Amino acid sequence: MSVWEWFTDPANWTGYNGIPIRTWEQIEISFWAMAIALVIAMPIALILGHQRRGIFLATNVGNIGRAIPTLGVLTILASIPEIGIGNFAAILALALFAIPPLLTNTFAGIASVDDEVLDAAKGIGMGGFRILSRVELPLALPLIAAGIRTATVQVVATASLAALVGSGGLGRYVVDGYSLQDNTLIIAGAILTALIAVFADLILGFIERRITPKGLREQTFVASEEEEIPEAAPA
Amino acid sequence: MVPSASEVPNPWFSWEYVTSNADLLLTAGREHVFLTVSSVLLALVFAFPLAFLVRRYRRLEAPVLGLSGVLYTIPSLALISLLWPIFGLTPWTVIIALAVYALLVVLRNTVVGLESVSENVVDAARGMGMGKRQLLVRVELPLAMPTILAGIRIATVTTVGMVTIGALVGYGGFGTLILSGFQANFYHAQIMTATLCCVLLAFIFEVLLLVLERVTLPWSRQEVPE
Repeated sequence: MSVWEWFTDPANWTGYNGIPIRTWEQIEISFWAMAIALVIAMPIALILGHQRRGIFLATNVGNIGRAIPTLGVLTILASIPEIGIGNFAAILALALFAIPPLLTNTFAGIASVDDEVLDAAKGIGMGGFRILSRVELPLALPLIAAGIRTATVQVVATASLAALVGSGGLGRYVVDGYSLQDNTLIIAGAILTALIAVFADLILGFIERRITPKGLREQTFVASEEEEIPEAAPA
Repeated sequence: MVPSASEVPNPWFSWEYVTSNADLLLTAGREHVFLTVSSVLLALVFAFPLAFLVRRYRRLEAPVLGLSGVLYTIPSLALISLLWPIFGLTPWTVIIALAVYALLVVLRNTVVGLESVSENVVDAARGMGMGKRQLLVRVELPLAMPTILAGIRIATVTTVGMVTIGALVGYGGFGTLILSGFQANFYHAQIMTATLCCVLLAFIFEVLLLVLERVTLPWSRQEVPE
């Protein structure tokens, strides 16, 4: 069967192993991984950034994350009996790898707010929490959004790899293809996993531009130009 | 609690595993280093000419960097699988896929590094009568070198981690051990040892390249944007 025939075969569009269900599984796994990562990373990054402490941690956590092989963490988590193979191990591993870009970008965004702006905020009587929520957070939004985009795209891309430890998602086709020695399945799966990652990047890039406050758009341009050097490792 | 008869001990850390499988680990390590170094070298061979081309024809910059951004989001699982029908079960499948990712990092850092050379410095060099070639070799490249080397370092460390995915096509260095350990009924000691070896290798590469930076570029002591 050719790859084209595989894609046009209605059997591959229905049932639990159909493209819609597998795509949905990938989105579900990615969603929960990001939810866990955000809950852990954001409070830490916001507080450390606000207090401007822990620069070493925030800047080096990315380097450490780069050095750890995703495959290793996935298989380690999935071989812990209490976790087991499947979606849960995948979600945990993906969440771990999403934390560094979230932490680094949010910290950098908050900690780089101009001192004069902070002075002005203090001068009009703002307290610590109000400064964080009304001044630092809006000003850091472009960088925070960039971090969330980087992390999410990485999670969606890596989620395919999780099929190696028995999770669902589009990586299933590739992994099953290798074990069945089915070339068509491998290539079709590779195309699907590449497409979902590229789509995630496009959609999140669009959202990122939309949520950036108008007054910061000019600055965003500069920030995103620096951000062009990819921070997260590809999956 | 009394362990049942079926419960075979399966420790995460076992020195006995390391000593009795030293050969296996060494072979995997050699393969891992070979795949990493080949990928990065292949990337360098293409990255520099491409970077100079982009510098020369500015109109190419947006499409080349844009395309490289799209390629960068493609998972290595997909890229390796797409190359597999072409190169088969050879190391090339892994090397070419990983070289693509390394190429993107080095290319971006080279372009950004060359661009960030101050206009004033370039003006001064021109004022001294330097031609285009001299300007590039004696002024722009040395000043961009810290950013370029940082790119090479990041690319190398990232590649060390990604080599493991090559296990899918049988060339994954420590990744092959991780995957076979996982498939052999969750062989904890093998999975953990191979993962730690991989981290250690990344660390060694990082340190070696940092030392190289410091020794060859005494002017790069200030922070380099990563």
